Amino acid sequence: MGLTHESSGLALVKDEYILEKEMDNTVIALAGNPNTGKSTLFNYLTGLKQHTGNWPGKTVANAKGTFNYEDESFLLVDLPGTYSIFANSQEEEIARNFICFGEPEITVVVVDSTSLERNLNLVLQIMEITDNVVVSLNLIDEAKRKGIKIDVKKLENELGIPIVPTIARDGIGVEKILNTIYNISNSNYKINPNKVKYSPEIENTITKIENILSIYLDRSHNLRWIALRLIDSDKSIKNELENFLIENRFTSEPLEEIENIIKENENIGDEIVTTIYETAEQIADEVVSIEDNRKIDWDKKLDDILTNKITGYPIMLMLLGVIFWITIVGSNYPSNLLAKVLFSFESKLSYLFLKLNPPDWLYGILILGVYRTLAWVISVMLPPMAIFFPLFTLLEDLGYLPRVAFNLDNSFRKAGTHGKQALTMSMGFGCNAAGIMACRIIDSPRERLIAIITNNFVPCNGRFPIIIAMSTIFIGGLVNEKHSSIIAAISVVFVVLIGIFVTLIVSRFLSKTFLKGVPSSFTLELPPYRKPQIGKILIRSLIDRTLFVLSRAIMVAIPAGAITWIFANITINGASILNISANFLDPFAKLLGLDGYILMAFILGLPANEIVLPILTMSYMSKGAMLEFESIETLKNLLLNNGWTFITGLNFMLFSLLHFPCGTTLLTIKKETGGRKWPIFTFFLTTIVAILVTLVVNIIGKLIYNLI
Amino acid sequence: MENLNNIISLAELPVQKSGKVINILCGGNKRRRFLDLGITQNTIIKNERVSPSGNPIAYNIRGTIIALRTSEAEKILINIL
Repeated sequence: MGLTHESSGLALVKDEYILEKEMDNTVIALAGNPNTGKSTLFNYLTGLKQHTGNWPGKTVANAKGTFNYEDESFLLVDLPGTYSIFANSQEEEIARNFICFGEPEITVVVVDSTSLERNLNLVLQIMEITDNVVVSLNLIDEAKRKGIKIDVKKLENELGIPIVPTIARDGIGVEKILNTIYNISNSNYKINPNKVKYSPEIENTITKIENILSIYLDRSHNLRWIALRLIDSDKSIKNELENFLIENRFTSEPLEEIENIIKENENIGDEIVTTIYETAEQIADEVVSIEDNRKIDWDKKLDDILTNKITGYPIMLMLLGVIFWITIVGSNYPSNLLAKVLFSFESKLSYLFLKLNPPDWLYGILILGVYRTLAWVISVMLPPMAIFFPLFTLLEDLGYLPRVAFNLDNSFRKAGTHGKQALTMSMGFGCNAAGIMACRIIDSPRERLIAIITNNFVPCNGRFPIIIAMSTIFIGGLVNEKHSSIIAAISVVFVVLIGIFVTLIVSRFLSKTFLKGVPSSFTLELPPYRKPQIGKILIRSLIDRTLFVLSRAIMVAIPAGAITWIFANITINGASILNISANFLDPFAKLLGLDGYILMAFILGLPANEIVLPILTMSYMSKGAMLEFESIETLKNLLLNNGWTFITGLNFMLFSLLHFPCGTTLLTIKKETGGRKWPIFTFFLTTIVAILVTLVVNIIGKLIYNLI
Repeated sequence: MENLNNIISLAELPVQKSGKVINILCGGNKRRRFLDLGITQNTIIKNERVSPSGNPIAYNIRGTIIALRTSEAEKILINIL
């Protein structure tokens, strides 16, 4: 038995890469720096809707997909975007291990033509591991716009590997990539890569180690690569080697020998990295010519405004405000229309259903419970989501999110957390579970935990409808109709700001108590702005996000609607279970400026925040106040009839913003932290925060009210 | 010969000025991270822009704009050009 790829790799990568490798599938790895259009190429090839966005570190786990070309079927694995595969971050380890041990037949490296030097560094590193490397020289249109010319033939000669210019976004050059892959896979194309030449001292050290290794390992292994990894003190490789030596009854003498060789030359690790970068620099210098004749550098101009001392923050708030305003105004009409259609359909459905002479309880559960809740969820949630998501994705695609992180980082630093937390928070706007998964881009376990625990303070789309509805009714309603939508939008921005503020305070609190520590090092790339692909954004945000979230809400709404109806209609001593529970909760809820029904709705809404509002209205309706939802006005009347005041509306929003995460989010926290401890911790922490804040607001509100 | 008067930390580099990397004053993972970003000896780095609050600062490192917190940038010695 030799140090096979299996024995040296599987232990490390067991969970990550159990590929459903069919016999005739050729495995292709897709590597590249962040923001090079890797995911775009992946989607183009596989037809999968992998979420792309213009910010680094989005692909945290591997996406896989298959495609066919000619008579061959391929399995494509999208690796996380990294600058290097030598360092120790989680992303880099995943990428390195896969190329090393996942045994891809060919590795396609997607390269950003506008910064060839940096990207070549990764290409050269990958060429150390494997010979079969194909470069997709992507974004050549952008390079052209910036006056950057690349001599492709020369580059091909320098590297000794095939280079294919591409514009992945438009599918240009993809056919040639496929053709090249196919030819390599069928041995019609032999690659002779020109690997990096190190200084004589380093080469000497490498050879010495290789010679020692060759006594124990046969030449089919990439001894040079193993030697380089050992020089770089890669612990996993060292352990594998140690185990192998023990298993085969060798002494650990060779390891000591190797270590002594490495010790002789302390800086050798640094020198290797430097040599690779210098080689990249040299090659780039030779093949790139720049003739920048643009009059205005738009990237710079945009950044000057968006990260400006004076205009940076106001623009950030304005953009958010405008998005909310468009969402509020734009969803008003379709929401009413949907409600009208769905509720008029209810009477038809009732008529047909009653013809079958069903028992009363069945009619109640199915029509008054399930159907009505569904109609609610759809008419209240769908329009705002269908507007909000594409708008937000637009900002993401443009590359604005890293600028937000750049602007806000100082606050996060002061809170003792990671600068990328601003990015994971932004993902939370869509769905907190997604935001928590995105926390994998944060390396330091302590800061990652803080980001995970506090992600819930960003309102997800399940809670936006509540915040939007309450803002429209109780805050927009304070002014005349003409300005109400603007005031409502400002109020939503304000609620988001409260969420960010609470995130910072709680993060700081955690940094000082449960998760003590200092902020770890972090680097944030500000990628060039990219023209958003409007059509793709629409499709992607509608299918990926809107329909996904809506279908989840519907799945939860069906049982929740039935259960709520049952609770509202099974009576004990003349009072329904719902009433009894609500009355039980009422004294406590009143302290928070809420009522028992509201708290019940939050508790029943644990599976998904989307159904809190529908459950609440149904509870109120079961008391016989309202039958149909026609417009936001009906909702307003229903709430007012049930004793709501401005403070109830405000605290309902705040409680919704701050309270315990939904079931899916809790499960995601459990999965991401590997235990029950942190989801339980998060549950209690957020609930305590929500109770404290609403309690204080209620007390202050009552005081002010009494003064007036 | 390097002019010793021109040696400052990257954090002190004024906006829109460039410097040449002389040394990285830390070891281990942190050093590794800098090297992997392309901050190697003799690399030319430009202070591209400062965030609204003055920290972090965005640098142009080998054609990519990368933001570093001041506490990080302090670890990098440069020769101002």
